[in-house]
Amino acid sequence: MRLLLKNGIVFDPLNNIKGEKMDILIENGKVVEKFSNERDVKIIDCTNKIVMPGGVDIHTHIAGGKVNAGRIMRPEDHVYFVKEREGIIHSGSGYSLPTTWLTGYLYAKMGYTFAATPAMPPLSARHTHEELKSIPIVDKAAYTLFGNNWFVFKYIREKDYKKLAAFVSFILKSVKGFAIKLVNPGGDEAWAWGGNVKSLDDIVPNFDITPRDIIDGLIKANEILNLPHSIHLHTINLGRPGNYIDTIETIRIAGKYSNEKRQVMHVTHIQFHSYGGKTWKDFESKSEEIVKELHKYRNVTFDVGFVLFGETTTMTADGPMEYYLSRLTGLKWQNLGIELETSPGVTPIIYRKKSPVHSIQFAIGLELALLSDPWKYCLTTDHPNGAPFIRYPEIIAMLMSKKYREEIIKEVNPAIKRRAIIESIDREYDFYEIAIITRSAPAKILGMEKFIGSLNIGNDANISVYEINPEKYTYEDIIKAFSNSYLTIKNGRVVVKKGKVIDEIYGKTFYVAPKIDDDIMREIYSDLSYYFKRFYSVNLANYPLDTIYLTNPVEIKTIPKLERIVMK
Amino acid sequence: MIVTDVVCPFCGCLCDDLVIEVDNNEIKTVRNACRLGASKFLKHKKNRKKKPIIKENGEKKEVDFDYAIDKAVKLLKNSTRCLLYGFSSTSNEAIEYGVKIAELLRGYIDNTSTVCHGPSVVSYQTVGYPSCTLGDVKNRADLIIYWGCNPLNAHPRHLSRYTLYPRGLFTERGFLDRKLIVIDVRETDTAKIATKFLRIEPNKDYELVSAMRSILNGLDIQQDTIAGIKRDEIYEIVDMMKSCRYGVLFFGMGLTQTYGRDRTIDNAISLVIDLNRYTKFSIMMMRGHYNVTGSNQVFAWLSGFPYAVDFTRGYPRYNPGETSAVDVLSNKEVDSALIIAADPVSNFPKEAIRHLLSIPYINVDPFYNLSSKYAKIYIPTKIVGVEVEGTAYRMDNIPIRLRKVIENEDLPSDEEVLKEIYERLIEDEIVIKERYSI
Ligand code: SF4
Ligand SMILES: [Zn+2]
Repeated sequence: MRLLLKNGIVFDPLNNIKGEKMDILIENGKVVEKFSNERDVKIIDCTNKIVMPGGVDIHTHIAGGKVNAGRIMRPEDHVYFVKEREGIIHSGSGYSLPTTWLTGYLYAKMGYTFAATPAMPPLSARHTHEELKSIPIVDKAAYTLFGNNWFVFKYIREKDYKKLAAFVSFILKSVKGFAIKLVNPGGDEAWAWGGNVKSLDDIVPNFDITPRDIIDGLIKANEILNLPHSIHLHTINLGRPGNYIDTIETIRIAGKYSNEKRQVMHVTHIQFHSYGGKTWKDFESKSEEIVKELHKYRNVTFDVGFVLFGETTTMTADGPMEYYLSRLTGLKWQNLGIELETSPGVTPIIYRKKSPVHSIQFAIGLELALLSDPWKYCLTTDHPNGAPFIRYPEIIAMLMSKKYREEIIKEVNPAIKRRAIIESIDREYDFYEIAIITRSAPAKILGMEKFIGSLNIGNDANISVYEINPEKYTYEDIIKAFSNSYLTIKNGRVVVKKGKVIDEIYGKTFYVAPKIDDDIMREIYSDLSYYFKRFYSVNLANYPLDTIYLTNPVEIKTIPKLERIVMK
Repeated sequence: MIVTDVVCPFCGCLCDDLVIEVDNNEIKTVRNACRLGASKFLKHKKNRKKKPIIKENGEKKEVDFDYAIDKAVKLLKNSTRCLLYGFSSTSNEAIEYGVKIAELLRGYIDNTSTVCHGPSVVSYQTVGYPSCTLGDVKNRADLIIYWGCNPLNAHPRHLSRYTLYPRGLFTERGFLDRKLIVIDVRETDTAKIATKFLRIEPNKDYELVSAMRSILNGLDIQQDTIAGIKRDEIYEIVDMMKSCRYGVLFFGMGLTQTYGRDRTIDNAISLVIDLNRYTKFSIMMMRGHYNVTGSNQVFAWLSGFPYAVDFTRGYPRYNPGETSAVDVLSNKEVDSALIIAADPVSNFPKEAIRHLLSIPYINVDPFYNLSSKYAKIYIPTKIVGVEVEGTAYRMDNIPIRLRKVIENEDLPSDEEVLKEIYERLIEDEIVIKERYSI
């Protein structure tokens, strides 16, 4: 089947295409330069429409144990947001916690074709993959949690980075993970006894290492393994007043390292880590300080974690934070301590315009984005923590329209005027910049630009077409256009037409497989069997999972090198 | 041949360390399992059929699979409202097809938690659920409480593998490092080995939990006894809870099915949440059937709700008490049913059974049970975890892949039967798809 998207206005930043009128040719699911023959070509007129590569979401909690725990705990999130089954297109429910089928459809409706779920505990990886397997349309990947893993603690304490890397690679391969994720490194282990870590140099109880050691050690492992993405880091003290100091300290850890191809540290949902003040009373934005620090380092990237007003669900592998938050709000709370690995939690939240803290959080997200180089970051809400992903179009509109921002700011708590700087920022994004932060930058930051986020010849034809006049538009037009893509094409098939999902296919699932020498593997294998016998509640043989749990698995092989840790 | 690391498909413990000796496709010995688990393997030939059985014109006859599935599809298609029920003893893969069928047919779907931990799930939705994995208990817990459950009989290896006896990183001396409290209406086997046993008066659980919470929150108890337990003893227990390093409260049917039901569980979960102000404390439901947890999980990720799902409007709805299996049967809302991996005729309330027996229903099950006997169409299947692989979730939500130990070439699996039914049902739907294509 051949498809010709005719005369669209194309934005493809990775190929430096900035709104040129062009045709896009698709054959056998791929973008091609010319058709092998001219028969059976379906032409779709895209005149006055915007064409972009399919959207890429680098950080979105869409699958796995805590997402589903959230669904089970919050029927109220599902009752008022439902979709009926139509033909082969399934039903679903859930606003901040959409069900798996619905998740795929909602992303496709916005023109997104890739979504990575960022916090898979290895022990329950099978669950994460079972859910990913049932998410249609988008390509998928799962980052694997390492920041509170006992093996990681052990090897870092012994400063044996070779074994650490071998262990990480064993886990990533066994659980079909894509990247190394750290959440509140050391904090969950402290939380297992009801505590937390308060600074990068706090000692993790019983393990004699610090959060700083863990971050540093896992950067080393990541660089040795030569993974496509860098470490993906949710640092300590999320959501606490005054935490911007810890965030700046965290960023500086990356300063020691360099990698010619990509960053060595990705700091996730940095909005939640850019807070000044000592208490909730003098809570304020430190976005300028954070942006300044971030832009000093070429080897650090971030995603925002925007907060929007309304009700949503928070869920992280940061167990102590979720407990703390639930005690502040008095809302229901769940926790799932996972042996030797992590301790996720879930609790609902309502971000209110009249709350000074929520208003400032809202402002910080926008400030970080508007003050930054778009190639340095990605648009995220840390779905569903800051807001459900279906609200991305509103964020796009806010970045593109000062007027829209002003209208909202009028309604929020006046604290935003004194303790944030959003009002002073005039910048308005254009479509090219929006394409960067929703397509090109995330693909590049993931080290996946060969597969996603561009219209490279030979790439999978994952494309979105939006109905909006790029010369003249209001913010309402932007929201409408990006909420209901005119066309979403996945692997060359039209899956969304005029905002309606019309077809269902299943995307690829990416995971990494670094090649590790057998003799190192043998050494760590003896540690593995000892730990599994003594401490785990499942047998080692039942731990790894097979690719039968993955839709269209794509293994990304890497060749590790010990010398690869380049210190500056 | 020796098969190792076999997972036991019996109770919610999902022990995964079984060693099974197989000779010529016959199971010879089962090591490491408790008697319940071992008998599932050793007696796997009991109550099995080789062919589907159909009741036609009042007579039962054996038919082949293709015919039985065809009849099943016709039955479902011709009914106005169907109920799918069961799912606690089959794989997630089969459950997923169950949900798809219910969705397609705009019917009701429910799993067995509706008659066991239903109230617990409702409470979970009210106050939350601070919990952990069984390995966390093994490595850290120094205080174990069993309330309204008797694991030595129902989950025989729970204490030895996960809670009281194992030696973990911070519990090196095993049971010497732990205390065990049992709260029950009678002195069960588990109560006999407890550090402290509280014999509670029947249906007084709510009062006892409330007393504990009051003490914990700084109030004084005036009565001499509450729920049959002496005032001092309650103080002592609360003190044990507050001063432990890591406590876990396991609860079973004895707590969920007493007066107050979900209100009692709300209160118990709140007690555990309160305790987290002092120390680390978790709570966990003692799930019975080996994959009842998985059925809640699969239902939730596909429909948004853990049980009692109503697809009659084309989208998922949930209202236990109205949309749960017992209620849709008692209220005569359905005119056909598909019962899979459960035996409601043996354990549903009378009213519900009466309606179930009055409508034609299909039963898919490896074993020929009472519900099979009254089915219009009975389709025998492979035993998950013995004759076919599949995914199941332990009571702490840890997913484990069940293994195949022996071959059974005569029968399809639950998953295959449901998939086939779904695919035959959906053939008509393809027409609708054409309408949308560009
Ligand atoms: S405790 Fe349960 S899972 Fe373990 S062997 Fe016994 S019946 Fe099987
Ligand atoms: Zn996150």
